[in-house]
Amino acid sequence: MNKYLVNFYHYVHLLQNLIVRDLKVKYRRSVLGFLWSILNPLLMMLVITAVFQNIFRMNIDNFPIYYLTGSLIFNFMSEATSLAMTSVLSSASLIKKVYIPKYIFPLEKCLFAFVNMLFSSVAVIIMFFVLHYKITWMALLFFVPMIFTLIFSIGLGLILSAADVFFRDIGHLYSVWITAWMYLTPVIYPMETLTAGMKNIMKFNPMFYYVDYFRQVVMYNNIPGLNFNLICFAFSFAFLFLGLLIFKLKQDKFILYI
Amino acid sequence: MDNIIEVKNVTMKFNMAKEKVDSLKEYFIKLVKKQLMFDEFIALENISFNVKRGDVFGIVGLNGSGKSTLLKIISRILKPTSGSVICNGSVSPLIELGAGFDIDLTARENIFLNGSVLGYTKKQMSDKFDEIVEFSELQDFLDVPIKNFSSGMVARLGFSIATITKPDILIVDEILSVGDFLFQQKCEKRIEDLMSDGTTVLMVSHSLNQIRQLCKNVLWLEKGHMKMIGGVQEVCDAYENNA
Repeated sequence: MNKYLVNFYHYVHLLQNLIVRDLKVKYRRSVLGFLWSILNPLLMMLVITAVFQNIFRMNIDNFPIYYLTGSLIFNFMSEATSLAMTSVLSSASLIKKVYIPKYIFPLEKCLFAFVNMLFSSVAVIIMFFVLHYKITWMALLFFVPMIFTLIFSIGLGLILSAADVFFRDIGHLYSVWITAWMYLTPVIYPMETLTAGMKNIMKFNPMFYYVDYFRQVVMYNNIPGLNFNLICFAFSFAFLFLGLLIFKLKQDKFILYI
Repeated sequence: MDNIIEVKNVTMKFNMAKEKVDSLKEYFIKLVKKQLMFDEFIALENISFNVKRGDVFGIVGLNGSGKSTLLKIISRILKPTSGSVICNGSVSPLIELGAGFDIDLTARENIFLNGSVLGYTKKQMSDKFDEIVEFSELQDFLDVPIKNFSSGMVARLGFSIATITKPDILIVDEILSVGDFLFQQKCEKRIEDLMSDGTTVLMVSHSLNQIRQLCKNVLWLEKGHMKMIGGVQEVCDAYENNA
Protein backbone atom coordinates (compact mmCIF):
# COMPACT_ATOMS: atom_id res chain seq x y z
CA MET A 1 0.00 0.00 0.00
CA ASN A 2 2.74 2.38 1.08
CA LYS A 3 4.64 1.66 -2.12
CA TYR A 4 1.63 2.79 -4.19
CA LEU A 5 1.22 6.00 -2.21
CA VAL A 6 4.88 6.94 -2.64
CA ASN A 7 4.63 6.27 -6.36
CA PHE A 8 1.42 8.30 -6.56
CA TYR A 9 3.02 11.21 -4.72
CA HIS A 10 5.80 11.18 -7.28
CA TYR A 11 3.24 11.80 -10.04
CA VAL A 12 1.03 14.41 -8.34
CA HIS A 13 2.94 17.11 -10.15
CA LEU A 14 2.21 15.44 -13.48
CA LEU A 15 -1.46 15.20 -12.53
CA GLN A 16 -1.57 18.95 -11.89
CA ASN A 17 0.18 19.72 -15.15
CA LEU A 18 -2.17 17.51 -17.16
CA ILE A 19 -5.22 19.20 -15.65
CA VAL A 20 -3.78 22.64 -16.40
CA ARG A 21 -3.05 21.47 -19.95
CA ASP A 22 -6.64 20.31 -20.45
CA LEU A 23 -8.00 23.58 -19.13
CA LYS A 24 -5.71 25.60 -21.37
CA VAL A 25 -6.54 23.56 -24.44
CA LYS A 26 -10.26 23.75 -23.70
CA TYR A 27 -10.41 27.52 -23.51
CA ARG A 28 -7.69 28.40 -25.98
CA ARG A 29 -8.82 30.77 -28.72
CA SER A 30 -12.25 31.46 -27.26
CA VAL A 31 -12.87 35.09 -26.40
CA LEU A 32 -14.89 34.42 -23.27
CA GLY A 33 -12.60 31.63 -22.11
CA PHE A 34 -13.66 29.91 -18.92
CA LEU A 35 -16.79 32.09 -18.70
CA TRP A 36 -18.25 29.53 -21.08
CA SER A 37 -18.34 27.04 -18.21
CA ILE A 38 -20.79 29.41 -16.48
CA LEU A 39 -22.65 30.62 -19.54
CA ASN A 40 -23.22 27.21 -21.02
CA PRO A 41 -25.32 25.82 -18.15
CA LEU A 42 -27.22 29.12 -17.92
CA LEU A 43 -28.13 29.06 -21.60
CA MET A 44 -29.01 25.39 -21.39
CA MET A 45 -31.23 26.20 -18.43
CA LEU A 46 -33.07 28.85 -20.46
CA VAL A 47 -33.79 26.35 -23.21
CA ILE A 48 -34.92 23.57 -20.88
CA THR A 49 -37.03 25.93 -18.79
CA ALA A 50 -38.71 27.32 -21.88
CA VAL A 51 -39.47 23.86 -23.23
CA PHE A 52 -40.62 22.17 -20.05
CA GLN A 53 -42.54 24.99 -18.44
CA ASN A 54 -44.26 26.31 -21.54
CA ILE A 55 -44.69 23.29 -23.75
CA PHE A 56 -44.93 20.40 -21.31
CA ARG A 57 -46.47 22.53 -18.54
CA MET A 58 -44.37 21.03 -15.80
CA ASN A 59 -45.00 22.52 -12.38
CA ILE A 60 -42.02 22.59 -10.11
CA ASP A 61 -41.19 25.44 -7.79
CA ASN A 62 -38.06 27.24 -8.90
CA PHE A 63 -37.69 25.04 -11.95
CA PRO A 64 -34.56 26.84 -13.26
CA ILE A 65 -32.70 26.08 -10.04
CA TYR A 66 -34.14 22.57 -9.85
CA TYR A 67 -32.83 21.82 -13.32
CA LEU A 68 -29.51 23.59 -12.81
CA THR A 69 -28.63 21.75 -9.60
CA GLY A 70 -29.57 18.38 -11.09
CA SER A 71 -27.74 18.90 -14.33
CA LEU A 72 -24.64 20.20 -12.55
CA ILE A 73 -24.12 16.90 -10.76
CA PHE A 74 -25.29 14.70 -13.60
CA ASN A 75 -23.28 16.47 -16.31
CA PHE A 76 -20.20 16.32 -14.14
CA MET A 77 -20.49 12.54 -13.88
CA SER A 78 -21.28 12.28 -17.58
CA GLU A 79 -18.29 14.40 -18.63
CA ALA A 80 -15.91 12.73 -16.19
CA THR A 81 -16.76 9.17 -17.19
CA SER A 82 -16.94 9.86 -20.94
CA LEU A 83 -13.54 11.55 -20.93
CA ALA A 84 -12.05 8.92 -18.64
CA MET A 85 -13.32 6.17 -20.94
CA THR A 86 -11.20 7.34 -23.89
CA SER A 87 -8.31 8.59 -21.76
CA VAL A 88 -6.16 5.48 -21.94
CA LEU A 89 -6.65 5.04 -25.68
CA SER A 90 -5.95 8.67 -26.47
CA SER A 91 -2.79 8.62 -24.38
CA ALA A 92 -1.50 5.66 -26.38
CA SER A 93 1.48 7.59 -27.71
CA LEU A 94 2.56 8.43 -24.19
CA ILE A 95 1.98 4.98 -22.72
CA LYS A 96 4.11 3.41 -25.43
CA LYS A 97 7.07 5.65 -24.75
CA VAL A 98 7.38 6.43 -21.07
CA TYR A 99 6.51 4.67 -17.87
CA ILE A 100 3.64 6.44 -16.14
CA PRO A 101 1.19 4.72 -13.80
CA LYS A 102 -1.73 4.28 -16.19
CA TYR A 103 -4.49 5.07 -13.73
CA ILE A 104 -3.23 8.68 -13.88
CA PHE A 105 -5.11 9.16 -17.17
CA PRO A 106 -8.71 8.34 -16.14
CA LEU A 107 -8.07 9.95 -12.74
CA GLU A 108 -6.88 13.14 -14.40
CA LYS A 109 -9.98 13.37 -16.61
CA CYS A 110 -12.28 12.99 -13.62
CA LEU A 111 -10.44 15.72 -11.73
CA PHE A 112 -10.52 17.94 -14.81
CA ALA A 113 -14.30 17.48 -15.03
CA PHE A 114 -14.49 18.24 -11.31
CA VAL A 115 -12.71 21.58 -11.83
CA ASN A 116 -15.11 22.33 -14.68
CA MET A 117 -18.05 21.60 -12.41
CA LEU A 118 -16.69 24.02 -9.81
CA PHE A 119 -16.61 26.73 -12.50
CA SER A 120 -20.15 25.82 -13.55
CA SER A 121 -21.45 25.94 -9.99
CA VAL A 122 -21.02 29.72 -10.20
CA ALA A 123 -24.04 29.56 -12.50
CA VAL A 124 -26.11 28.11 -9.64
CA ILE A 125 -25.00 30.92 -7.34
CA ILE A 126 -25.90 33.50 -9.97
CA MET A 127 -29.41 32.02 -10.28
CA PHE A 128 -29.86 32.12 -6.50
CA PHE A 129 -29.33 35.87 -6.65
CA VAL A 130 -31.36 36.45 -9.79
CA LEU A 131 -34.39 34.60 -8.41
CA HIS A 132 -33.89 35.92 -4.84
CA TYR A 133 -33.82 32.36 -3.64
CA LYS A 134 -33.21 32.03 0.08
CA ILE A 135 -30.23 29.86 0.90
CA THR A 136 -28.98 28.93 4.35
CA TRP A 137 -25.70 27.85 5.87
CA MET A 138 -26.72 24.29 5.08
CA ALA A 139 -25.76 24.96 1.47
CA LEU A 140 -22.12 24.95 2.55
CA LEU A 141 -22.37 21.16 2.62
CA PHE A 142 -22.55 21.25 -1.18
CA PHE A 143 -19.13 19.61 -1.45
CA VAL A 144 -20.27 16.32 0.17
CA PRO A 145 -22.42 15.06 -2.75
CA MET A 146 -19.80 16.42 -5.15
CA ILE A 147 -17.08 14.30 -3.52
CA PHE A 148 -19.34 11.23 -3.52
CA THR A 149 -20.00 11.75 -7.24
CA LEU A 150 -16.28 12.25 -7.90
CA ILE A 151 -15.34 8.98 -6.21
CA PHE A 152 -18.11 7.14 -8.04
CA SER A 153 -17.00 8.65 -11.37
CA ILE A 154 -13.38 7.68 -10.81
CA GLY A 155 -14.45 4.10 -10.17
CA LEU A 156 -16.72 3.93 -13.19
CA GLY A 157 -14.13 5.79 -15.30
CA LEU A 158 -11.47 3.21 -14.44
CA ILE A 159 -13.78 0.36 -15.48
CA LEU A 160 -14.79 2.08 -18.73
CA SER A 161 -11.26 3.07 -19.69
CA ALA A 162 -10.04 -0.49 -19.25
CA ALA A 163 -13.00 -1.91 -21.16
CA ASP A 164 -12.65 0.57 -24.01
CA VAL A 165 -9.08 -0.58 -24.68
CA PHE A 166 -10.27 -4.09 -25.49
CA PHE A 167 -13.68 -3.35 -26.99
CA ARG A 168 -14.10 -0.10 -28.85
CA ASP A 169 -17.88 -0.68 -29.01
CA ILE A 170 -18.14 0.53 -25.45
CA GLY A 171 -17.54 4.05 -26.67
CA HIS A 172 -20.46 4.03 -29.06
CA LEU A 173 -22.77 2.35 -26.60
CA TYR A 174 -21.92 4.62 -23.73
CA SER A 175 -23.18 7.84 -25.28
CA VAL A 176 -26.58 6.21 -25.74
CA TRP A 177 -26.50 4.85 -22.22
CA ILE A 178 -25.68 8.32 -20.81
CA THR A 179 -28.79 9.77 -22.48
CA ALA A 180 -30.93 6.95 -21.12
CA TRP A 181 -29.36 7.37 -17.72
CA MET A 182 -30.14 11.07 -17.71
CA TYR A 183 -33.82 10.35 -18.24
CA LEU A 184 -33.65 7.63 -15.58
CA THR A 185 -32.46 10.24 -13.10
CA PRO A 186 -34.75 13.04 -11.89
CA VAL A 187 -32.78 15.83 -13.50
CA ILE A 188 -35.60 17.47 -15.43
CA TYR A 189 -38.72 15.93 -13.91
CA PRO A 190 -39.68 15.76 -10.23
CA MET A 191 -39.42 12.53 -8.29
CA GLU A 192 -43.16 12.66 -7.46
CA THR A 193 -44.23 12.08 -11.06
CA LEU A 194 -42.71 8.61 -11.05
CA THR A 195 -44.80 5.48 -10.66
CA ALA A 196 -44.15 3.19 -7.72
CA GLY A 197 -42.37 0.74 -9.99
CA MET A 198 -40.05 3.41 -11.29
CA LYS A 199 -39.32 4.59 -7.77
CA ASN A 200 -38.14 1.08 -6.94
CA ILE A 201 -35.82 1.06 -9.91
CA MET A 202 -34.48 4.39 -8.74
CA LYS A 203 -33.11 2.70 -5.65
CA PHE A 204 -30.42 1.12 -7.79
CA ASN A 205 -29.42 4.33 -9.49
CA PRO A 206 -26.48 5.92 -7.69
CA MET A 207 -26.97 9.17 -9.59
CA PHE A 208 -30.43 9.53 -8.08
CA TYR A 209 -28.89 9.68 -4.59
CA TYR A 210 -26.15 12.14 -5.49
CA VAL A 211 -28.49 14.51 -7.34
CA ASP A 212 -31.02 14.31 -4.53
CA TYR A 213 -28.34 14.86 -1.89
CA PHE A 214 -27.13 17.99 -3.67
CA ARG A 215 -30.64 19.42 -3.92
CA GLN A 216 -31.43 18.58 -0.30
CA VAL A 217 -28.53 20.59 1.07
CA VAL A 218 -28.47 23.40 -1.48
CA MET A 219 -32.18 23.96 -2.15
CA TYR A 220 -34.19 22.45 0.70
CA ASN A 221 -31.97 23.03 3.73
CA ASN A 222 -32.06 19.38 4.68
CA ILE A 223 -29.23 17.19 5.81
CA PRO A 224 -29.87 13.66 4.56
CA GLY A 225 -29.88 11.06 7.31
CA LEU A 226 -27.28 8.48 8.18
CA ASN A 227 -28.87 5.78 6.04
CA PHE A 228 -28.84 7.99 2.97
CA ASN A 229 -25.20 8.87 3.58
CA LEU A 230 -24.28 5.23 3.99
CA ILE A 231 -25.93 4.34 0.68
CA CYS A 232 -24.00 7.11 -1.11
CA PHE A 233 -20.80 5.98 0.58
CA ALA A 234 -21.40 2.36 -0.37
CA PHE A 235 -22.10 3.13 -4.04
CA SER A 236 -19.06 5.39 -4.36
CA PHE A 237 -16.55 3.11 -2.73
CA ALA A 238 -17.93 -0.10 -4.22
CA PHE A 239 -17.38 1.36 -7.68
CA LEU A 240 -13.98 2.76 -6.75
CA PHE A 241 -12.88 -0.59 -5.40
CA LEU A 242 -14.23 -2.48 -8.41
CA GLY A 243 -12.63 0.03 -10.78
CA LEU A 244 -9.22 -0.22 -9.15
CA LEU A 245 -9.42 -4.00 -9.14
CA ILE A 246 -10.37 -4.33 -12.83
CA PHE A 247 -7.86 -1.70 -13.87
CA LYS A 248 -5.04 -3.32 -11.92
CA LEU A 249 -5.77 -6.74 -13.36
CA LYS A 250 -5.88 -5.52 -16.95
CA GLN A 251 -3.40 -2.65 -17.11
CA ASP A 252 -0.35 -4.64 -18.20
CA LYS A 253 -2.22 -5.83 -21.29
CA PHE A 254 -3.20 -2.33 -22.43
CA ILE A 255 -0.02 -1.70 -24.34
CA LEU A 256 -0.65 -4.72 -26.58
CA TYR A 257 -4.03 -3.36 -27.71
CA ILE A 258 -3.50 0.37 -28.08
CA MET B 1 31.61 -2.68 -8.96
CA ASP B 2 27.93 -3.30 -8.25
CA ASN B 3 25.25 -4.14 -10.75
CA ILE B 4 22.92 -1.29 -11.61
CA ILE B 5 20.68 -3.28 -13.92
CA GLU B 6 19.94 -6.94 -13.36
CA VAL B 7 17.95 -8.72 -16.04
CA LYS B 8 16.95 -12.25 -14.99
CA ASN B 9 15.40 -14.85 -17.31
CA VAL B 10 13.28 -12.32 -19.14
CA THR B 11 10.86 -13.78 -21.66
CA MET B 12 8.42 -11.70 -23.63
CA LYS B 13 5.60 -13.28 -25.60
CA PHE B 14 3.15 -11.40 -27.74
CA ASN B 15 -0.19 -12.66 -28.92
CA MET B 16 -0.12 -12.11 -32.63
CA ALA B 17 -3.78 -12.07 -33.43
CA LYS B 18 -4.17 -12.80 -37.14
CA GLU B 19 -6.82 -10.15 -37.30
CA LYS B 20 -7.41 -7.74 -34.55
CA VAL B 21 -10.55 -8.53 -32.57
CA ASP B 22 -11.63 -5.35 -30.96
CA SER B 23 -15.35 -5.30 -31.14
CA LEU B 24 -17.65 -7.17 -28.83
CA LYS B 25 -19.58 -8.82 -31.64
CA GLU B 26 -16.48 -10.26 -33.25
CA TYR B 27 -15.22 -11.36 -29.87
CA PHE B 28 -18.33 -13.37 -29.06
CA ILE B 29 -18.63 -14.83 -32.54
CA LYS B 30 -15.04 -15.98 -32.36
CA LEU B 31 -15.52 -17.19 -28.83
CA VAL B 32 -18.47 -19.32 -29.85
CA LYS B 33 -16.71 -20.63 -32.93
CA LYS B 34 -13.62 -21.25 -30.78
CA GLN B 35 -11.52 -19.27 -33.18
CA LEU B 36 -10.00 -17.13 -30.50
CA MET B 37 -6.60 -18.56 -31.14
CA PHE B 38 -3.53 -16.51 -31.25
CA ASP B 39 -0.19 -17.20 -32.75
CA GLU B 40 2.32 -16.76 -30.05
CA PHE B 41 5.29 -14.70 -30.99
CA ILE B 42 8.30 -14.89 -28.76
CA ALA B 43 10.10 -11.57 -28.90
CA LEU B 44 12.62 -12.39 -26.21
CA GLU B 45 13.49 -15.70 -24.64
CA ASN B 46 15.42 -16.22 -21.46
CA ILE B 47 17.52 -13.11 -21.46
CA SER B 48 19.81 -12.64 -18.46
CA PHE B 49 22.60 -10.16 -18.03
CA ASN B 50 23.90 -7.56 -15.64
CA VAL B 51 25.11 -4.06 -16.32
CA LYS B 52 27.62 -2.53 -13.96
CA ARG B 53 27.41 1.00 -12.65
CA GLY B 54 29.08 3.48 -14.96
CA ASP B 55 29.17 1.09 -17.90
CA VAL B 56 28.22 2.05 -21.42
CA PHE B 57 26.34 -0.96 -22.66
CA GLY B 58 25.41 -1.42 -26.29
CA ILE B 59 22.85 -3.75 -27.82
CA VAL B 60 23.21 -4.80 -31.44
CA GLY B 61 21.13 -7.02 -33.67
CA LEU B 62 19.20 -7.04 -36.91
CA ASN B 63 15.74 -5.61 -37.25
CA GLY B 64 13.21 -7.59 -35.24
CA SER B 65 15.77 -9.14 -32.94
CA GLY B 66 14.07 -7.69 -29.86
CA LYS B 67 16.37 -4.77 -29.05
CA SER B 68 13.68 -2.17 -28.60
CA THR B 69 11.44 -4.60 -26.74
CA LEU B 70 14.27 -5.20 -24.29
CA LEU B 71 14.80 -1.48 -23.76
CA LYS B 72 11.08 -1.01 -23.19
CA ILE B 73 11.06 -3.76 -20.60
CA ILE B 74 14.00 -2.22 -18.78
CA SER B 75 12.32 1.19 -18.75
CA ARG B 76 9.09 -0.39 -17.36
CA ILE B 77 6.95 0.48 -20.37
CA LEU B 78 6.33 -3.21 -21.06
CA LYS B 79 5.99 -5.87 -18.44
CA PRO B 80 7.78 -9.13 -19.28
CA THR B 81 5.74 -12.33 -19.54
CA SER B 82 8.14 -13.94 -17.12
CA GLY B 83 11.38 -13.03 -15.46
CA SER B 84 12.36 -9.85 -13.72
CA VAL B 85 14.32 -6.66 -14.17
CA ILE B 86 15.83 -4.76 -11.28
CA CYS B 87 17.10 -1.23 -11.78
CA ASN B 88 18.94 0.34 -8.88
CA GLY B 89 18.51 3.96 -9.78
CA SER B 90 16.50 6.48 -11.75
CA VAL B 91 15.90 5.63 -15.38
CA SER B 92 15.56 8.22 -18.11
CA PRO B 93 14.35 6.68 -21.35
CA LEU B 94 15.17 8.43 -24.60
CA ILE B 95 13.10 5.97 -26.56
CA GLU B 96 11.25 8.49 -28.56
CA LEU B 97 11.77 12.18 -28.10
CA GLY B 98 8.97 14.49 -27.16
CA ALA B 99 6.64 11.83 -25.80
CA GLY B 100 3.78 13.69 -24.21
CA PHE B 101 4.09 16.93 -26.10
CA ASP B 102 0.75 18.57 -26.70
CA ILE B 103 0.85 20.19 -30.09
CA ASP B 104 -1.62 22.90 -29.12
CA LEU B 105 0.53 24.19 -26.30
CA THR B 106 3.53 26.47 -26.62
CA ALA B 107 7.11 25.33 -26.23
CA ARG B 108 7.26 26.96 -22.79
CA GLU B 109 4.19 25.07 -21.56
CA ASN B 110 5.41 21.85 -23.12
CA ILE B 111 8.74 22.04 -21.31
CA PHE B 112 6.93 21.91 -17.98
CA LEU B 113 4.45 19.29 -19.13
CA ASN B 114 7.10 17.00 -20.59
CA GLY B 115 9.30 17.49 -17.55
CA SER B 116 6.55 16.18 -15.31
CA VAL B 117 5.87 13.29 -17.69
CA LEU B 118 9.49 12.28 -17.22
CA GLY B 119 9.02 12.53 -13.47
CA TYR B 120 10.91 15.72 -12.66
CA THR B 121 9.69 17.92 -9.83
CA LYS B 122 8.42 21.45 -10.28
CA LYS B 123 11.51 22.89 -8.64
CA GLN B 124 13.89 20.92 -10.86
CA MET B 125 12.05 22.26 -13.88
CA SER B 126 12.07 25.91 -12.88
CA ASP B 127 15.75 25.65 -11.98
CA LYS B 128 16.68 24.08 -15.28
CA PHE B 129 14.31 25.98 -17.53
CA ASP B 130 16.87 28.44 -18.89
CA GLU B 131 19.38 25.68 -19.44
CA ILE B 132 16.84 23.68 -21.46
CA VAL B 133 15.95 26.67 -23.62
CA GLU B 134 19.57 27.51 -24.20
CA PHE B 135 20.53 23.99 -25.18
CA SER B 136 17.63 23.61 -27.59
CA GLU B 137 18.42 27.02 -29.18
CA LEU B 138 14.71 27.81 -29.40
CA GLN B 139 14.73 31.12 -27.52
CA ASP B 140 12.81 32.92 -30.26
CA PHE B 141 10.05 30.31 -30.43
CA LEU B 142 9.20 29.85 -26.78
CA ASP B 143 5.64 31.12 -27.09
CA VAL B 144 4.81 29.44 -30.38
CA PRO B 145 2.53 26.37 -30.25
CA ILE B 146 4.67 23.44 -31.21
CA LYS B 147 2.28 22.36 -33.96
CA ASN B 148 4.05 25.07 -35.94
CA PHE B 149 7.48 23.59 -35.22
CA SER B 150 9.51 21.58 -37.69
CA SER B 151 10.22 17.99 -36.70
CA GLY B 152 13.85 18.87 -36.08
CA MET B 153 12.85 21.59 -33.64
CA VAL B 154 10.55 19.21 -31.77
CA ALA B 155 13.29 16.61 -31.50
CA ARG B 156 15.76 19.22 -30.26
CA LEU B 157 13.35 20.34 -27.57
CA GLY B 158 12.66 16.73 -26.56
CA PHE B 159 16.33 15.88 -26.29
CA SER B 160 17.08 18.99 -24.25
CA ILE B 161 14.38 18.19 -21.70
CA ALA B 162 15.17 14.49 -21.43
CA THR B 163 18.86 14.97 -20.72
CA ILE B 164 18.69 17.97 -18.44
CA THR B 165 19.00 16.15 -15.15
CA LYS B 166 21.56 13.52 -14.48
CA PRO B 167 19.77 10.16 -14.37
CA ASP B 168 21.48 7.06 -13.01
CA ILE B 169 20.57 5.13 -16.14
CA LEU B 170 20.09 6.64 -19.57
CA ILE B 171 18.39 4.51 -22.20
CA VAL B 172 19.07 5.56 -25.76
CA ASP B 173 17.30 4.05 -28.75
CA GLU B 174 18.64 5.30 -32.06
CA ILE B 175 18.10 8.91 -31.28
CA LEU B 176 21.50 10.36 -31.99
CA SER B 177 20.26 11.23 -35.42
CA VAL B 178 18.21 14.29 -34.53
CA GLY B 179 18.61 17.66 -36.13
CA ASP B 180 21.45 18.96 -38.25
CA PHE B 181 25.04 17.79 -37.84
CA LEU B 182 25.90 20.61 -35.46
CA PHE B 183 23.13 19.63 -33.11
CA GLN B 184 24.10 15.96 -33.43
CA GLN B 185 27.58 16.82 -32.26
CA LYS B 186 26.07 18.70 -29.37
CA CYS B 187 23.93 15.67 -28.45
CA GLU B 188 26.90 13.35 -28.56
CA LYS B 189 28.84 15.71 -26.37
CA ARG B 190 25.97 15.88 -23.87
CA ILE B 191 25.83 12.10 -23.70
CA GLU B 192 29.59 11.87 -23.27
CA ASP B 193 29.37 14.42 -20.45
CA LEU B 194 26.71 12.34 -18.74
CA MET B 195 28.84 9.21 -19.12
CA SER B 196 31.92 10.81 -17.63
CA ASP B 197 29.70 11.88 -14.75
CA GLY B 198 29.02 8.25 -13.91
CA THR B 199 25.68 7.74 -15.64
CA THR B 200 25.15 4.24 -16.92
CA VAL B 201 24.11 4.24 -20.55
CA LEU B 202 22.21 1.56 -22.38
CA MET B 203 22.10 2.13 -26.10
CA VAL B 204 20.78 0.59 -29.26
CA SER B 205 22.22 1.62 -32.57
CA HIS B 206 22.58 0.29 -36.06
CA SER B 207 25.72 2.30 -36.49
CA LEU B 208 28.55 0.02 -35.43
CA ASN B 209 30.94 2.95 -35.57
CA GLN B 210 28.93 4.70 -32.90
CA ILE B 211 28.85 1.54 -30.78
CA ARG B 212 32.58 1.01 -31.10
CA GLN B 213 33.22 4.62 -30.27
CA LEU B 214 31.03 4.86 -27.18
CA CYS B 215 30.42 1.43 -25.66
CA LYS B 216 32.50 -0.79 -23.44
CA ASN B 217 30.36 -3.92 -23.40
CA VAL B 218 27.95 -5.17 -26.00
CA LEU B 219 25.10 -7.67 -26.16
CA TRP B 220 24.23 -9.24 -29.50
CA LEU B 221 20.63 -10.33 -29.88
CA GLU B 222 19.45 -12.62 -32.63
CA LYS B 223 15.74 -13.38 -32.99
CA GLY B 224 15.13 -12.88 -29.31
CA HIS B 225 18.03 -14.98 -28.12
CA MET B 226 21.32 -13.90 -26.65
CA LYS B 227 23.92 -14.70 -29.26
CA MET B 228 26.94 -13.20 -27.61
CA ILE B 229 27.86 -10.86 -24.80
CA GLY B 230 31.25 -9.39 -24.01
CA GLY B 231 33.73 -6.65 -24.79
CA VAL B 232 32.91 -4.25 -27.58
CA GLN B 233 35.76 -5.36 -29.85
CA GLU B 234 35.05 -9.08 -30.03
CA VAL B 235 31.26 -8.82 -30.20
CA CYS B 236 31.30 -6.15 -32.89
CA ASP B 237 33.81 -8.11 -34.95
CA ALA B 238 31.79 -11.28 -34.67
CA TYR B 239 28.59 -9.42 -35.50
CA GLU B 240 30.10 -7.81 -38.57
CA ASN B 241 31.45 -11.09 -39.87
CA ASN B 242 28.26 -12.99 -39.23
CA ALA B 243 25.45 -10.67 -40.04
